[in-house]
Amino acid sequence: MEILQIVAVGLTATVLIVVVKSQKPELAVLLGVAAGAILFLMVLGKISAVMNIVKDLAIRAGINMVYLGTILKIVGVAYIAEFGAQICRDAGEGAIATKIEFAAKIFILALAMPIVVAVLQVLLKLVP
Amino acid sequence: MDSNIDLIFKIAGVGMLVAVLHTILKHAGKEEQGQIVTLAGIAIVFIWVIQLLGNLFDQVRSVFKLF
Repeated sequence: MEILQIVAVGLTATVLIVVVKSQKPELAVLLGVAAGAILFLMVLGKISAVMNIVKDLAIRAGINMVYLGTILKIVGVAYIAEFGAQICRDAGEGAIATKIEFAAKIFILALAMPIVVAVLQVLLKLVP
Repeated sequence: MDSNIDLIFKIAGVGMLVAVLHTILKHAGKEEQGQIVTLAGIAIVFIWVIQLLGNLFDQVRSVFKLF
């Protein structure tokens, strides 16, 4: 069960961070970044497996691949922005974290624009 | 996968080593060398973390097709 491994890594990293933070706070931040990245690398395998299954279902259901690709991109952007913003907030830099989240919202909006336009076009066709 | 977990212990080890060295050098009267040792430790750890992040971002890019 990987969940045991992940929790073990998380706990050991937290304990080490507390130990290091008292002496060298800057190294504790770096340790936090490393622990976060390692935990996500462990989960990445599962995520890609789920993504492939979802893609197969979408192909079989005949859904246009553009929409699924956009959704995948949005999830990726959201995750990376959350990863960075959370680390900045842990290090005490709330302002930078907010800026990262704001930028992520803009990118997601930009990614979603084509779909919004497509939906509007379909609506306009319905209205006589 | 397991090589990554060692990274956490390596970073913690460097952190503690740097802290101890800094304290020793401080008592020996060489405060500047202590700060230089701290900077060296931070630089080494930063390089490891950057490599790890590069690896993470490559994998995320491939999984989420974020080209």
